Amino acid sequence: MTTTSPPRPDTGQAQQRTDRIQTRLTRRQRLSRLDVKASPYLYIAPFFVLFALIGLFPLVYTFVVSLNDWDILSGAGDWIGIENYVAELNDPYFWNSLFNTMSIFLLSAIPQLLAAVIIAAVLDQNLRAKTFWRMSILIPYIVTPVAVAIIFSSAFGEKYGLINNILTSFNLDPVMWKSEVFASHFAIASMVNWRWTGYNALILLAAMQAVPRDIYESAALDGAGPVRRFFSMTLPSIRPTMIFVIITATIGGLQIFTEPKLFNPTSANLGGAHREYQTTVLYLWDMAFNRGDFGKASAIAWLLFIIIVAFGLLNFLISRKIASTEVKVISQHRAKKLARYRATTAANPTGVPAVTAADTSGAERTTAADPAKEERS
Amino acid sequence: MSTTTPTRTPSNADGARSDARTAGTAKKSRPRSPGLDKRPGFFVYGILLALFLGGSYPLWWSYVAGSSDNSVLTETWPPLLPGGRFWINIGEVLTTVPFWQALANSLIVSSIITTSVVFFSTLAGYAFAKLRFTGREGLMIFVIATLAVPTQLGIIPQFMLMKELGWTGTLGAVIVPTLVTAFGVFFMRQYLVDVIPDELIEAARVDGANMFRTFWSVALPAARPAMAILGLFTFMTAWTDYLWPLLVAPQNPTLQVALSQLQSAKYVDYSVVLSGAVLATIQVLIIFILAGRQLVSGIMAGAVKG
Repeated sequence: MTTTSPPRPDTGQAQQRTDRIQTRLTRRQRLSRLDVKASPYLYIAPFFVLFALIGLFPLVYTFVVSLNDWDILSGAGDWIGIENYVAELNDPYFWNSLFNTMSIFLLSAIPQLLAAVIIAAVLDQNLRAKTFWRMSILIPYIVTPVAVAIIFSSAFGEKYGLINNILTSFNLDPVMWKSEVFASHFAIASMVNWRWTGYNALILLAAMQAVPRDIYESAALDGAGPVRRFFSMTLPSIRPTMIFVIITATIGGLQIFTEPKLFNPTSANLGGAHREYQTTVLYLWDMAFNRGDFGKASAIAWLLFIIIVAFGLLNFLISRKIASTEVKVISQHRAKKLARYRATTAANPTGVPAVTAADTSGAERTTAADPAKEERS
Repeated sequence: MSTTTPTRTPSNADGARSDARTAGTAKKSRPRSPGLDKRPGFFVYGILLALFLGGSYPLWWSYVAGSSDNSVLTETWPPLLPGGRFWINIGEVLTTVPFWQALANSLIVSSIITTSVVFFSTLAGYAFAKLRFTGREGLMIFVIATLAVPTQLGIIPQFMLMKELGWTGTLGAVIVPTLVTAFGVFFMRQYLVDVIPDELIEAARVDGANMFRTFWSVALPAARPAMAILGLFTFMTAWTDYLWPLLVAPQNPTLQVALSQLQSAKYVDYSVVLSGAVLATIQVLIIFILAGRQLVSGIMAGAVKG
């Protein structure tokens, strides 16, 4: 027994080794499975953790602060509920800042968008030295807003500014750019327009170039002139990009700060001697860091936040509405055409539409192409 | 529609088509060429030249005024050529604000922010684009929803936090709030979802690469063009930022803060202020002349992708 029963040592070892290899393999597999399961979360974790800490938490905490009587020096005071909001909604300076923000925003967004579309259309041609022209409209974009504000606030100087000098040389009255409400809004909007129009034109140009060329070609063949092509083909195709540009311009424009802040360094108040061009973010700054009322400043921040989000939603809804009505108009149009087409084919039992039959030069244009066209147009 | 007439010359086809279109309604057809590939006329170049001049003149004028003394500003028509005082004015700038220190600060701040945003965005964007995990859709919707959230409005708690940490006045305080952006994640995801074939990732996995190795040697090289564009935009945003650095570190200024300090210190001597603005713009302008082509294509690619 003793000579035969013990298993041969080498086979036993082999068995053990295969066992070990198997367990090692499964451990590796398990590790690999863990790797597959956990990696995605590890990859997105840095973003979410950091974003929660530095982006979302401050925003939420702003709301908490806004419900307190919170001073910059003494810190958190009493819980006062919505009192800060009530105070701000009854604060004429708050409404003034909102009016200024909207006025500057509209004076910059509307002309800028119109100009950008036109410039993009001009650039969307078979130009010589394409890259040079594209680069040239981008020059203002590389000048930082602070430098832009410095340059323009000098050019819009009331006494010796470049623009007033030129106006007086034409025997026109100089404009009080820094003490009149509308004039100052115009001046600040012109800084924004100067810097951003070319940039937005390039974005719209990219959208225009993404429209397939053969669509234009066939429209041209159907007799649509450049203006017609622009309004009924280019504009609808770049609408998503336009919405993108509008929403970005809204979010940025409603938070405008640098340009009005630096427009007049000698002014007694932030944003003009009589707050002629004090925007909401400037007022927020004034309330928080000059007057030290963090509670009210936080209420201003949240009111502005709500306005910006509301604007974003409004943009979105309007653009969807436009898109859906357009689809309706197109389908009505198509139904009418289809009815007309059916009427002509019914009158013409050969199946050749009257239009084509009357056509002599394009006789080889088959009937098969025509229904397809009616369907599509 | 174009398939029926690919070989015909445009004018022929056009004539035939417009005939066909209008014959039924008995309208006279108007022969015209589509003119899609025609070179535009002088009028178009005139517009473009005017835009070029309008875009550059304020800069040129700043240089003219910044290289003269203040008397230039009182002249009715500004001189067209610069004066000889540019370096004198620059000397004044350098004694008023710590210009070079501010330039270095801006470089440090913008570089760190750019590196961080690009790396974390690529990592998260890759996970959203190419890896499968529970909650992916929901989290991506969250990212998209936060795209439109103006995080700048959280400055009051951010400021309190920096004060609490004792970071005010340091570059760390300037850097930290912009270490990640939702836009970056969204942008990288949009790019990577099309550009990396799933087979490539599977092949790397079959070859025994672990997840991070797969990311490092498959996704990163493929992501490079988008990383460059994102980097460019992030750097530009960090470089131009003014509100936050002004709030937390006015005593350790970035270039923008230093420029604004120059303006409030020297508002009576606008030629000095303008020479400072020119000095701050020149470096970017040189980079733009060398690499503006990339900026243009970056903006245009970003527009289509974003």
